[in-house]
Amino acid sequence: MEDNLLFDAIERYRNGQMDENEKLFFEELKKNNPEIDQVAAEHSFILAELESMSEQKRLMHTLNEVENKLMNEGFISSNQGKGKAKIIYLWTRYRRTIAVAAAIAGVVSLSTASVISKYSESKKVAVITPLVDHKLHQFENKLNQIEHKLNDANSVPPAKPKFEANFRATGFLVDGKGYLITNAHVVDNARNLIVENKKGDQFAAEIVYSNSVTDLAILKITDTSFNKVTNLPYTFTKTGAELAEPIFTLGYPREEVVYGEGYLSAQSGYYGDTTSYQISISANPGNSGGPVIDQYGEVIGIISSKETNADGVVFAIKSKNIYSALKEIKKDKDITIKTPTVNTLKGLDRVKQIKKLEDFIYKVKGN
Amino acid sequence: MILVKGLAAHDAECIETIYRDNFATIKGFIIKNNGYTDDALDVFQEAMIVLFEKAKSGSFTLSCQLQTYLYSICRRLWLKKLQKQKLYNPSIEIIEEIVPVDDEIEYHEKKTNDFLFMENALKKIGEPCKSLLEAFYLEKKSMPEIAVSFGYTNSDNAKTQKYKCLVRLKKIFFAQIKNRD
Repeated sequence: MEDNLLFDAIERYRNGQMDENEKLFFEELKKNNPEIDQVAAEHSFILAELESMSEQKRLMHTLNEVENKLMNEGFISSNQGKGKAKIIYLWTRYRRTIAVAAAIAGVVSLSTASVISKYSESKKVAVITPLVDHKLHQFENKLNQIEHKLNDANSVPPAKPKFEANFRATGFLVDGKGYLITNAHVVDNARNLIVENKKGDQFAAEIVYSNSVTDLAILKITDTSFNKVTNLPYTFTKTGAELAEPIFTLGYPREEVVYGEGYLSAQSGYYGDTTSYQISISANPGNSGGPVIDQYGEVIGIISSKETNADGVVFAIKSKNIYSALKEIKKDKDITIKTPTVNTLKGLDRVKQIKKLEDFIYKVKGN
Repeated sequence: MILVKGLAAHDAECIETIYRDNFATIKGFIIKNNGYTDDALDVFQEAMIVLFEKAKSGSFTLSCQLQTYLYSICRRLWLKKLQKQKLYNPSIEIIEEIVPVDDEIEYHEKKTNDFLFMENALKKIGEPCKSLLEAFYLEKKSMPEIAVSFGYTNSDNAKTQKYKCLVRLKKIFFAQIKNRD
C-alpha cells in the first residue's frame, strides 16, 4: 500500500493541497530517491494527460453548443460542395436541416395540442387513455395453449404453474437493488405482479409505493433469484428538458422490446398539467411506464398516457416527481432508494446506448 | 487576444464571436477545395482545439491577425486530410496570406495521438475501472459521490479501487508508448 500513499501525495502535491512543510519534505524525498522521482514523473504525466483530456472534452462540448446555436440561427448553413455526387450533398444538407425541421414540428404540434385541449375542455370528458395493454390475455392464453401442447409433445412437465397475466406494461430499474419505476395505473388493481427482463427471466415483485395523483409507482423485486445489478447506465435529470429536444423510449407494446423516438412538444401535459410533458412519439398500449430518455442518456420522464382523439400526443410524467416519490418512501417506510449518478450513455451513438440500457427495461405483467 | 483568452477559459460568447468572424472564410476555402460544410465544421473545430492548446501553453502571443492564424491552421489540417484521401490537388491556390504553423500542428498531432492511446488504455482496463477513473478524473466527481454510485461501502474503499485502476491504466498506457517508439 506504500505506493497508494505515494500516489495520494503526488496528487495532493499537483493540486496544491500540501502545506509548506509537507511540500518541502516531499520535494526533498523526490530529490533523494530517484525511484520515487520516476514514479512521480510518470504519475504526473498520466494525471496531466487525463486532465487535458477532460478539458478538451469540455471544450468540444462548448464548441458543439455554439455550432448548434449558429446553425439554428441560420448563420451556418449548407452550401453545395464542388463536383461531388449530388446524392451525398443532399444527404448532408438534409442532415443539417433536420434540427430545424424538428423545431418547427414541435411548434406546430404545440399549437394543435392547445386546440385539442380546449375542445375537450368544453366537452368535459376525459379523453386520455392509459397505455396499458389489457388485450393481453387473449393472445397469452393462445400462446400458453400452444406452449402446453408443445410441452406435452416433448413430455416435459411445466416447471412452474404458468402465470396468466391479463395486462402488460413497461417498467425500468431506478436502483440496482431491484427497485423499478412504473405507472400507478398499471399496478393499482393488480393482485399479482411479475416483471420480466429482455432475456425472459421472470421475477415476482410487489408494490412499495403507488401514488395515483402523480401516477407513479415503485416496485420491488422480491424473488431471491434476482441478482443485484450495478452501474445503471442512465441518470435521472433534476432539471427540466427543453422544447424540441429529441427523445427516445424503450417499452413493451409487444412481447418484444420496441424502440421509439420523437421530441418534446410541450412543457406541460394534459389540461396544462405542469407535472408532465407532452411528447410526440409513437406509443401504444404497453408503453406505459417506459422511460423517456434524452440524447445524453438522461431520463427526463415516464410515459403515462396518450390523448385518444389526437395522433402522437403522448404524456410523460416529469422525472422530478421520481425524486419526491423517493423522498416520501424514505419518510414513510424508511427505505432508501438511490438513483444512479454516473451516466455512461453520454456521447454514445444510439445503437450503443440502446444496447447498454435495454437490459434494465422490464416488462411489468400482472392479474 | 481577448478572444483567445476567452477560448482558453471556455467562454461561449468569445467562441461564438470567433465563429462569426472566421467561419465563413474557412468554409469558403474548404468548399473551394473539394469539401462540404460538414468538413468545414470539423476542420474549424479542430483548429479551435489547436488554438486552445496553444493558448493554454501560456506563452502564446499572436504575431498576426487571428483570422490569418486560423486560416493557416485550417488550411494545413484540410490539406493533410486531402492528402490522406489521395485527393490532394497540388494546384491549390496560395494567394492568401499564411503563417507557418508547423509547430502547433505537430504538437496537436502528438496530443491527439496521446489521447488515442489514453482512450485505448481506458477501454482496455475494462469496467468498472473505466467508469471509475472517468468519473473521478474526467467528470470531476467527488470520492464520496463515486463511492455511492459504484456501491462501495465508503470512500476509502473507492480510493483503493481507484488506485488499483490507475496502476493498470499506467501500465497499459506506457506499454503502448513503448511499442510505438
